[in-house]
Amino acid sequence: MAGFTFPRGGIHPEEHKEITEHLAIEEMPPPAQVVLPLSMHFGAPAKPVVKKKQEVQEGDVIATVEKALGATIHSSVTGVVKTIESRPHPTMVKCDAIVIDRNPDAPPREYQSEDWRKISREKLLAAVKNAGIVGLGGAGFPTHVKLSPPPTAKIDTLILNGAECEPYLTTDHRIMLEHPEKVIEGAKVILKILGIKNAVIGVELNKADAINALNKAAKEASGSDDMNVAVQGMEVKYPQGSEKQLIYSLTQRAVPGGGLPFDVGVIVQNISTTLAVFEATVMNKPLYEKVVTFSGRALNKPANLRVKVGTVLSDVVDFLGGTRDLLKIVSGGPMMGFAMSTLDVPVTKTTSGVLFLNSKETDSDLHGPCIHCGWCMEACPMGLSPKEVGIFVEAGRGHLTERFGVFDCFECGCCAYVCPAKRPLVQFARLAKIQIKKHG
Amino acid sequence: MWTVSASLIPVMLLSIYVFGFRGLIITLVSIVSCVVVEAISQKALGRPVTAGDGSAVLTGILMAFVIPPGVPYWLPIIGAVGAIFINKELMGGLGFNVWNPALVGRALLMASFPVYMTAAWIPPIDWTQSPLGIFLGAGAVDTVSTATPLYVLKHYGLNALMQQFGGMETIWRNFFIGSMPGCIGETSALLILVGGIFLLVRGIITWYIPVSTIATVAVLSWIFGGETWFGGQPLVQVLSGGLMLGAFYMCTDYVTSPTLKSAQIVFGIGVGALTVLIRLKGGYPEGVCYAILLMNCLTPALDEWFHPKRFAPPKQAPVAAVK
Repeated sequence: MAGFTFPRGGIHPEEHKEITEHLAIEEMPPPAQVVLPLSMHFGAPAKPVVKKKQEVQEGDVIATVEKALGATIHSSVTGVVKTIESRPHPTMVKCDAIVIDRNPDAPPREYQSEDWRKISREKLLAAVKNAGIVGLGGAGFPTHVKLSPPPTAKIDTLILNGAECEPYLTTDHRIMLEHPEKVIEGAKVILKILGIKNAVIGVELNKADAINALNKAAKEASGSDDMNVAVQGMEVKYPQGSEKQLIYSLTQRAVPGGGLPFDVGVIVQNISTTLAVFEATVMNKPLYEKVVTFSGRALNKPANLRVKVGTVLSDVVDFLGGTRDLLKIVSGGPMMGFAMSTLDVPVTKTTSGVLFLNSKETDSDLHGPCIHCGWCMEACPMGLSPKEVGIFVEAGRGHLTERFGVFDCFECGCCAYVCPAKRPLVQFARLAKIQIKKHG
Repeated sequence: MWTVSASLIPVMLLSIYVFGFRGLIITLVSIVSCVVVEAISQKALGRPVTAGDGSAVLTGILMAFVIPPGVPYWLPIIGAVGAIFINKELMGGLGFNVWNPALVGRALLMASFPVYMTAAWIPPIDWTQSPLGIFLGAGAVDTVSTATPLYVLKHYGLNALMQQFGGMETIWRNFFIGSMPGCIGETSALLILVGGIFLLVRGIITWYIPVSTIATVAVLSWIFGGETWFGGQPLVQVLSGGLMLGAFYMCTDYVTSPTLKSAQIVFGIGVGALTVLIRLKGGYPEGVCYAILLMNCLTPALDEWFHPKRFAPPKQAPVAAVK
């Protein structure tokens, strides 16, 4: 089976998934201290509702966003608020965070299951909002907002993104394999919230075991609820999991530049997000822990770990036996992730993986000038001209690059991956966007 | 770039067989002078010295391959100054030159030393007469008394060509293998084709420019090249002169050729048409060099005119899919 795919561009980077894809999800014991940044993702930062020295229970609300776009934050441990201060942050360098010391004697909190079928749409949506769920694939758009499309939008399909096309990452793979029934149920909860009938789970064909598990679970669940959840294999090609590419692969609908998926009648959710929706609505459990892939050949014991949000990376590294020949730490996948300078940053809601790369997995050569080979244009899934953007930015003319479609660039990194001169084309594109906005 | 240079080794070996060691020495002089000129000019311009990145070496090889084997040994040094210092480093270095460096070198030599560049031909060594010809060839340059096939064809016509180089089939065979007077590395269509296909398979070049260039020359010289319409000799035109080398190794230079397929095909057709125009109507018997240099001027415009097909650009009807 060739699998569905998107129409142009794309690359086949080495997968490196073999490091963790066969490792079952493991529970990391809660750390002695968690650091919960008030800003973890897209949207306004949350405001703390707890004070220094206040006692909090696991799952308690500790910060909220009142009016603006954002999401509630919950304590991931039972303990005492130690302080609220500026701490290192994966993408913002520094950010105010609530630091909680765990009470080592407190038992884990228990949750009671409920039947989501008996709960109204409005209450399900409220449960998603109260659980503080955001898109866990990386961007972190608040999920309750995404699940309340404007009434003018005619949504007919829910797409679950199980592509996981980034090298190294195996979080969604393990979730689909180990909890297929929760993914299917979560999909049905979202379908009920949206008031539609059809969902498609798109999975790259390199995860055949996950496709089989989902198919089996979907078959067992079919016939009930008058909803249809299908599983579709997709070609293994990066960036298959990019929203626009994924929608095209599964529905042959193209979301226009500047548009949103609901312009073509689609809503996309990530697999981890779907699991979080399931836990929020069926188990009443807010989002304060998540499955994260810790991989890379510098890490002594790579793993797929279920960790508390706010766990500091140095605690994770200690738990996983330390590192050797560590050269680079990347939050997220190698294609779109961010390099980090310290292990003091916490796992946030949007951390899908953390990579500890050794000198063999890292390329630190200097980049050369553009030789116009055009490989970046071949690789770009959006049909842009990364080389021109780079040349303009280098010449101090980044504000003139809008005509190359730089705002359609979602920074997948295909161009930089194929560039023989190792030019940092994604960084050039980011600079170009900033310069265009500055220039007015 | 090292791969491209390596793919030219068979051409060099054949050149030694056909013209003797002279060609090899000129090629080595050309490579060394290109690298040295690049290093000195980068130093002088305060740039990081990257003369060892393979680009100057390739320029040196290609420049030597398009000058006659009988020129003085110091000639490539002048060419290297034009190719590397003026055309490349003064333009901003690798990636910023408008013209193909090797051809700029040749054009400069052509303008400055027209006698050497148009008369220093060496006839192929006749191995049946002298097994030592390969060594003798290196010394016997002052007694040059031959002309390139294109020169003969242009000035004396097809019959004279057949008289000098044998019957049509002999011409096709010898020209294809490379046994004819010509520049050091341009005579063997066969080995250039082998190198070109190697580069195609390795994904270093694409077929759009070479095929459109060669096809255009073939068609236009067939239509206009003879005494009557459709009476030309397309095969002779394609196999002689620098067309094969130009089409596979000069036109495909990333820096000086357009990026998109469609633009590359237009570029190739332009090179082919200009080549035929110069060969048939111009003052020179050979036109590939100037045809490519002229089309190089158009490359920035072609890159501007042709755009990649965007996936779902803004303001498009939502469901209209882009195939």
